[in-house]
Amino acid sequence: MNPVNYLYLSALLFTIGAAGVLIRRNAIVVFMCVELMLNACNLAFVTFSRMHGNLDGQIIAFFTMVVAAAEVVVGLAIIVSVFRARHSASVDDASLMKL
Amino acid sequence: MENLIALLIGAPLLGAAVLLLGGRRLDKAGHWIGTLLAAVSFVIGLALFADMLGRSADDRALYQRLYTWIPVEGFQADIAFQLDQLSMTFVLLISGVGTLIHVYSIGYMEHDERRRRFFGYLNLFVAAMLLLVLADNYLLLYFGWEGVGLASYLLIGFWQHKPSAATAAKKAFLVNRVGDMGLSIAIMIMFTTFGTFAFGPVLGATGETSEGKLTAIGLMLLLAACGKSAQVPLQSWLGDAMEGPTPVSALIHAATMVTAGVYLIVRSADIFNAAPDAQLVVVVVGAVTLLFGAIVGCAKDDIKKALAGSTMSQIGYMILAAGLGPIGYVFAIMHLVTHGFFKAGLFLGAGSVMHGMNDEVDMRKYGGLRKYMPVTFVTFGLGYLAIIGFPGLSGFFSKDKIIEAAFAKGGTEGWILGSVTLLGAAITAYYMTRVMLMTFFGEKRWQPDAEGHEPHPHESPRSMTLPMILLAFGSVFAGGLFSIGDRFVKWLEPVTSFEHGHPPISAGAITSATVAVMVVGVGIAYLQYGRRPVPVVAPRGSLLTRAARRDLLQDDFNHAVFVRGGTHLTRSLVYVDHTLVDGVVNGTAASVGGLSGRLRKLQNGYARSYAVSMFGGTAVLIAATLLMRAV
Repeated sequence: MNPVNYLYLSALLFTIGAAGVLIRRNAIVVFMCVELMLNACNLAFVTFSRMHGNLDGQIIAFFTMVVAAAEVVVGLAIIVSVFRARHSASVDDASLMKL
Repeated sequence: MENLIALLIGAPLLGAAVLLLGGRRLDKAGHWIGTLLAAVSFVIGLALFADMLGRSADDRALYQRLYTWIPVEGFQADIAFQLDQLSMTFVLLISGVGTLIHVYSIGYMEHDERRRRFFGYLNLFVAAMLLLVLADNYLLLYFGWEGVGLASYLLIGFWQHKPSAATAAKKAFLVNRVGDMGLSIAIMIMFTTFGTFAFGPVLGATGETSEGKLTAIGLMLLLAACGKSAQVPLQSWLGDAMEGPTPVSALIHAATMVTAGVYLIVRSADIFNAAPDAQLVVVVVGAVTLLFGAIVGCAKDDIKKALAGSTMSQIGYMILAAGLGPIGYVFAIMHLVTHGFFKAGLFLGAGSVMHGMNDEVDMRKYGGLRKYMPVTFVTFGLGYLAIIGFPGLSGFFSKDKIIEAAFAKGGTEGWILGSVTLLGAAITAYYMTRVMLMTFFGEKRWQPDAEGHEPHPHESPRSMTLPMILLAFGSVFAGGLFSIGDRFVKWLEPVTSFEHGHPPISAGAITSATVAVMVVGVGIAYLQYGRRPVPVVAPRGSLLTRAARRDLLQDDFNHAVFVRGGTHLTRSLVYVDHTLVDGVVNGTAASVGGLSGRLRKLQNGYARSYAVSMFGGTAVLIAATLLMRAV
């Protein structure tokens, strides 16, 4: 199978994730969409690794997973505590950081 | 001997320091200390003079170098003195007349509680004036020049509780500042041209310098001379300077300081000889001022202001003579010295009259004083005969020489200058006769003053009459002493250079003409003021008289041109500052503020809008990268 197709898939997933981040209000969903974008990137890395015949892309994909895992831990904790404080998981409600 | 030069200046300087710093405990002895130290200076001057006479004419100059004032690579300013025949003449005049006026002031200022301070200032003046004439470079001369300006300011405003005196002092200071600026610019041009200020190198190098630069230096020096010597167009301060105590008017504003301009021009003779254009301007300034001062002198009823107009006019003669070149320098200085005697004597006489008349200065309220003040009358009368050029007295010799030199200038110029000086001589005779007749002759016209005190004219004390008598001797004999055997010419010739002028008409004819115009002037004045009683209230007078009473509108002119012009200039500058400069500054601040007000709206707190910016930015970056790669 032509590896370029994986790149198309990766681009599609990334676009879905980006659109989700921009459109959805629920923090959990936004968070999931971020994960989706990360994984789309991972897919692209792995595909490039395959296309070029070396392991660089795969190694970077592992790094991304580690970073994503750490992010999930911190991010979910923040979302949960925000939800506890405000009884809302909407990102638009947390708009106090402005002039 | 040369080590004594510094002492000449040192003695009065010490006096000034002691008197001004000594405080009230010196109040009782202050005037004696001041007079003594001025006399010490005069005695040292006499010793140096005797020593100088003992040497041959070419070997008379003495030099003393004290120390280097500003030791910088390529900029050497020395405290160094030069005592040649020219400086010697001034030293004797300044310290001699200065000492006499110190003595006079003892009596004149007897009832003034600030007498000690007065003597301190007088000593300061004598020291600064001696520094001016003894300096061997222009920078040190400038120091002395400013010193006499300061002393003049302090002494004009000595009775500072009178607003008129305080204003007059400020006026003198400010007008002098214009001239001083000329001197400092001249010194700067000298430094860039010659690399030094010392008289020797500067005056020795005039041959290799372009005429344009020398003309510039000459004109700036003339501006300085105009300020200090009250010549047109910087003459306006001298009349008001009469607000000072009369001894000050005699010493500073008649005999010595106001002649510093003549000294400056004669000292810089080499520059002016090489710059004929500058010389011409000097002559014109002298000629204009000699008529200007004389006309003002005719109209004034204030005895001191009439004498001030006369001083202006006589210095005009000197400046004119100095502008004639080598045919005139010696006579300029000779007239300066004789004028120093008779004008100081006249002022002291005027002071003596005021002393006896409750400080009244209006001559219309004098009259018939010769019976009450015989000594003042005789000494004033001798000074009067000297200044109008009565044959045989000082002024006759010195003024006649200047008139001859003016004719000897040659061509039409010579005729014009000669006629102007003759006309000046006639007017001098007129206004001085007027002063004489109004003060000492005719009916007594004095009246009780505002508090009802009838003046009781009386002769002044011995300390005042003695200096007047000595100065009267000078007024009578100095001219003859200098002229017989051309003594003064031979004395100054090695310093100032001298050429015999050849007037187009014989010297005898000029002398007769001088005497004739003098007689005419005296005659007219006699007809107007001797035959008829003098009205106590001044008549309205002709247009010219009224203008001359207002100093020929000099103050109105200055007010219209400089004061009003200056006000308008500053106002328009303020307007430009407020609109243009402030506009740019404030406009920048306002636009930056407005722009940031708009920009901060982007910070809306919505995470998703930030995300859009991020994505947008990334998209732009990627697009740019791709575009660059494609190109």
